[in-house]
Amino acid sequence: MTNVLLKAENLTATYGQVEILHGISFEVYGNEIAVILGANGAGKTTTIRALSGMIDTTGTITFNKEDISQLEPDSIVRKGVAHVPQGRGTFPELTVEDNLRVGAFIRSDKEVESDIQNCYDTYPVLFERRSQSAGSLSGGEQQMLAVSRALMSRPELLLLDEPSLGLAPQIVEALFERFLIMNKDHGTTMLIVEQNAQIALGMADRGYVLEAGEIAVEGQASSLINDEAIIRAYLGG
Amino acid sequence: MDLFLQRLFDGLTNGSAYALIAVALVLIFKATTLINFAQGEQAMLGAFIVLQLWNWGLPMWIAVITGMLISGLLAGGLERAIIRRFDPADHLPLVIITLGLFLVLNAVAAIIWRYDPLAFPQLFPHGSALTIGNARLSWYSIFAFGSCILVLLLLHVLLNKTKIGLSFRAVSSNLESSRLCGIKVGPTLQFGWALAAAAGTFGASIYAANPVLQIEPSIMLRALIFSITAAALGGLDSLWGALLGGLTIGFIQSVLVQYIPFIPNEMTLAATVAVLLIVLTFRPSGFLGTKAVERV
Ligand SMILES: Nc1ncnc2c1ncn2[C@@H]1O[C@H](COP(=O)(O)OP(=O)(O)O)[C@@H](O)[C@H]1O
Ligand SMILES: [Mg+2]
Repeated sequence: MTNVLLKAENLTATYGQVEILHGISFEVYGNEIAVILGANGAGKTTTIRALSGMIDTTGTITFNKEDISQLEPDSIVRKGVAHVPQGRGTFPELTVEDNLRVGAFIRSDKEVESDIQNCYDTYPVLFERRSQSAGSLSGGEQQMLAVSRALMSRPELLLLDEPSLGLAPQIVEALFERFLIMNKDHGTTMLIVEQNAQIALGMADRGYVLEAGEIAVEGQASSLINDEAIIRAYLGG
Repeated sequence: MDLFLQRLFDGLTNGSAYALIAVALVLIFKATTLINFAQGEQAMLGAFIVLQLWNWGLPMWIAVITGMLISGLLAGGLERAIIRRFDPADHLPLVIITLGLFLVLNAVAAIIWRYDPLAFPQLFPHGSALTIGNARLSWYSIFAFGSCILVLLLLHVLLNKTKIGLSFRAVSSNLESSRLCGIKVGPTLQFGWALAAAAGTFGASIYAANPVLQIEPSIMLRALIFSITAAALGGLDSLWGALLGGLTIGFIQSVLVQYIPFIPNEMTLAATVAVLLIVLTFRPSGFLGTKAVERV
């Protein structure tokens, strides 16, 4: 694990007068699954939004050795970073299939159609509902659609903001199993921010713990899962 | 009976023109959840540009298409220079700006073309296509309605079958996710403004081509109010709803008001608003509007 795909250095973010991220640094290696754990309000969403250019930040973000700190979101997607926002971020008025097409907006190759088919093969329920509006889907189906939509841009790095939020445990499990398969089969690198430490650490390679805008702990997922402090704070131990 | 038919025909004629302006309003509303109060004046200015081009010797339909392009470009410039500076989520400043534009555009047209009514090119054949008893359905009515359908079909295809249309619908639906998918939101909204202005110019040209009307700077004032009502009746975010709304308003104006003796002619506007209130009470999203359109 030496190939750093994404590197954030000394990242700070401010809303109005309030500094939310106090100069955090972390990295994501190619082909791994990294997680950032944190309680509500720790700054997880802020971090992930900073990465895809949705908010102004100071510090440096490098992706594939290129400085992307100053790029607009639409350029960052084109570099190969896809972002599934908190709360799914689907297009409720558009059909399921149109949602997937918007996901492929940056592409003009001939394989968009076959990629849509692949999404349907992965999630047959999306095929059944392809002409329904996305807003009519259940929470779990929305999350499947949101992830599929992001994959339609053929990203090198997938950012996921609390994918487990508001979903029943079995659905969360199936969803994360799918992440693992995508990662193993296609080598999609993922950065997942989560409150659900149990499931996230269970599948991740490495993890960070974000506390009030600062990285408190970092390490291999297998060792974090046994860390006293983490067990106390996140695993209900 | 003849009179009733005649009134139906008149309703069709006016309704088509209202529908075209309503469509322009719907395009802006879909993109920004904003009513562009300047839409009627942009359309009026567009129609004056058409008239000017025609006076300079362009064939009338070439003048119409060129006028649509010019007003589209102007609206795109307006979006870039003024509208984009403001937070799209904060509606009050934007509404005030569109009201300001309304006044400015009206004044500009008055300065250039004065208030004297001018003859507009007759875009469609003269005379009646159909005579039933004493009721006449003019070629103008048929063509006005036909071009309204044509514009709607073209817009429908543009929005639903093309990539720019997809990005427009995406931006209308979820601004943040659109950015995350790589859509450039500014230019997409600009495209919406241009498209709306072109559609509006077409509508105003059709309206002004009515043999019984002449063009002057306040020609769209009344039409705008009816068109806003039409757009609201149709659901504000539905193209076909705008057509239904436009025709409904046209028919209310020419049929309903004529047959209910206690509604004086001067109260046509009030009658349409009353119908709007009744419809929205029972169907809050209008005829064809998206239910509870949620936006952040
Ligand atoms: N748009 C905003 N304006 C002001 N403060 C915000 C905004 N978004 C988030 N915050 C604040 O920033 C902190 C971190 O929020 P967030 O990144 O959403 O946390 P998390 O995703 O970990 O729950 C919280 O205290 C939150 O109240
Ligand atoms: Mg969050």
